Amino acid sequence: MAEIICAGFGGQGVLTTGMMLIDAGMEQGKNVLFYPSYGSEMRGGTANCSVKISDKRIASPVCKHLDILFTLNAPAIDKFEDRVKPGGLLLVNSSIVPEDRKYRDDIKVVKVPATEIAYELENPRGVNIVMLGAMAASSDLFTADYLESAIDNFFAKKGKNNPKNALCFRKGVEAVNG
Amino acid sequence: MKLKAPERVTWTQSGFCPGCGHGIAFRLIAEVMEELGLSDKLLLTVDVACCSLAIECVKYDTIMCAHGRGVATAIGAKKVRPENPVCAYLGDGAAYSIGMAETIHTGLRNDNVVVITVNNSLYGMTGGQMAPTTLPGQKTTSSKYGKDPERCGMPFNIVDAYQGFKIGYLARGALCDVANINKAKSYIKKAFEKHMNGDGLCYVELLSACPTNLNMQPVKAMQRIKEEMVPYFPLGEFQDNTKEKKEEE
Amino acid sequence: MAKVLMKGNEALAEAALAAGCRFYAGYPITPQTEILEYLSWRMDEVGGVFIQAESELAGVNMVMGASAAGARALTTSAGPGFTLKQEGISYLAASDLPAVIVDVMRIGSGLGDIAQGQGDYWQLTRGGGHGDYRTIVLAPASVQENADLAALAFDLAEKYRHPVLIASDAAIGQMIEAVEIPEFREHDINKYDWSIKGCKDGDKHKKIQNVYYDDPNYETYLSDKYAQMEAEEQRYESIDVEDAEIVLVAYGVSSRMATEAVEMGREAGVKIGLIRPITLYPFPVNAFEEAKEAKAFMTVEMNILGQMVDDVKLATGGSKPVKKFGSIFALPESEDILASAKEFLDTVKEGK
Repeated sequence: MAEIICAGFGGQGVLTTGMMLIDAGMEQGKNVLFYPSYGSEMRGGTANCSVKISDKRIASPVCKHLDILFTLNAPAIDKFEDRVKPGGLLLVNSSIVPEDRKYRDDIKVVKVPATEIAYELENPRGVNIVMLGAMAASSDLFTADYLESAIDNFFAKKGKNNPKNALCFRKGVEAVNG
Repeated sequence: MKLKAPERVTWTQSGFCPGCGHGIAFRLIAEVMEELGLSDKLLLTVDVACCSLAIECVKYDTIMCAHGRGVATAIGAKKVRPENPVCAYLGDGAAYSIGMAETIHTGLRNDNVVVITVNNSLYGMTGGQMAPTTLPGQKTTSSKYGKDPERCGMPFNIVDAYQGFKIGYLARGALCDVANINKAKSYIKKAFEKHMNGDGLCYVELLSACPTNLNMQPVKAMQRIKEEMVPYFPLGEFQDNTKEKKEEE
Repeated sequence: MAKVLMKGNEALAEAALAAGCRFYAGYPITPQTEILEYLSWRMDEVGGVFIQAESELAGVNMVMGASAAGARALTTSAGPGFTLKQEGISYLAASDLPAVIVDVMRIGSGLGDIAQGQGDYWQLTRGGGHGDYRTIVLAPASVQENADLAALAFDLAEKYRHPVLIASDAAIGQMIEAVEIPEFREHDINKYDWSIKGCKDGDKHKKIQNVYYDDPNYETYLSDKYAQMEAEEQRYESIDVEDAEIVLVAYGVSSRMATEAVEMGREAGVKIGLIRPITLYPFPVNAFEEAKEAKAFMTVEMNILGQMVDDVKLATGGSKPVKKFGSIFALPESEDILASAKEFLDTVKEGK
């Protein structure tokens, strides 16, 4: 079972990120669940969603012990860093999070200048895709090749196709693998 | 003049009081159905209270509805069976008090149903209480000293209320003498003709007598319609519009 | 049909269409509104009727007209809005008309709050409106069940000529899971003899009204109808109940945290199980026969007063202690459920 929270500013595509992840999981035959922030959690300026991907039946929709915290801004880290499991992964958008920020030392922190990369590739809406590349490269949830094709498939199902998404994704992978 | 009762009117005791206007109204509806060849197709909704007694005295497929919801129920039936004529039959309490939202919104949407509202200026089944249609000064069991318009408002007039809407047909008749009853029948007939033509909401209000609750002889109660009700509820046809048909796609 | 990702509310709406529902009338209220929004465009695509009604009252009574005319008809609401529909549900029940009415539950009385909750157990299972009636109530606990039970609801409504309610909730309605929508079926509005369609023979005109006006054996008819529902329609899932000393009872979203609590408890050696009612009425009393070792029962529900406790007491003949674990606003935590269950069990064992 993988427990993931995706969080960032509204408009950064964090909800779409959650949808892409569960779609990738579903296409592999796994059980998946997406739970939007609801009620009081909606206040405070961050958009977030909880995602679970599992071989087994998923019981609770709540993500309390995060394997992966996917963030695109600083408030998202403020809000959810405590929930990351020891040894879990925190993805940080270093383009807009101060460099001198301190993190828990029992988790793996991967910093990627996702906003800069997306702008360089002239795909400003692809910040989340860059970060998904980084996620694939730094976790064993999905292989990079599979997630790249799954993202393509996700947009294809919606009748959309933006070749720059693949570029963003690969740059995200490279940012981790070097 | 035709004397033979329409086939769809039963000869069992109706439940209506002697001198009540409902019997006349239903006979008119039944005659119109026969003349238009719609007897086999009519779907009727009747409101609770006195209207509901009709379910035993006219022989059409009929739904007995919750108070004030007859129009909504009729709309549901019409949408499912658009080929059938569908008529909601209700009283003034249903139409202008508890079901006012339905009355206004069916006008706003110009739904393709026939609505016949019988206005007798009071609540009949419950024993003659004040209604939104009760006349100024009229004594009822809940306005013992006469209706005070300062406190309760003037009689509600549907013609005024529908002024802002363009509906298929709007008329008011009176069930008070032969000439007016024939006129009322012509309104009902036109309403159903336009309804079958898909012209939208066809609404007929019928001023009617309730001798029991007015504590009057039937003839006197009928005379009261003309003398006391008509000044507040003018008779005639007020709207007659044709719906522009959408081009078939 | 392949699995697709859908929000619970949308899956319910799509499954209703799959079951042949071609009439919807409703009114916006959170957290049910996605059903109305979805059907506002999707109903057109399948050639059905969608009406955004002027009120909950108008909506449910439009459904009554559509149902009387033979259609599979749906209306949906939440908490306060559902309360307004109760009059219409009473009329549907009295007139032997099928219809499906959904309550996407929230919390609290009065306005309450749009937050996730299970505040309507009582108004759903006790009849809710005036008179001698109750309705079958189906309680989905996943997006897939939102779809499957929506389709089942229409079949049961026609089997009994009776309104059927779906007790969904904000969490189940808002979450997205992979779902397989049941196969599309056509419904023939002339399928049933009882529907109004116009009559050639006036003496055989249909009267949609209180059944007892015409049925001299109404008392027997009504008693038999409910006896049949209670005999044939109990649905539930039981998890680790047979040797459980403490049995949780939970439906809908709270059953998911309760399931997790059972998994955690079993790993820790606690003899804990779960009965998950899928029908809230008829309440699945049969499920409690499996709980032979149970020393106590604890409901897990998202309200304060423990609305389901009475039904558990009735199902167990008052033979065992029953308490509730309630929560509002936030989903209950599985750790807290387990801790509370263990403490309750210890108290009962010590005979305190």
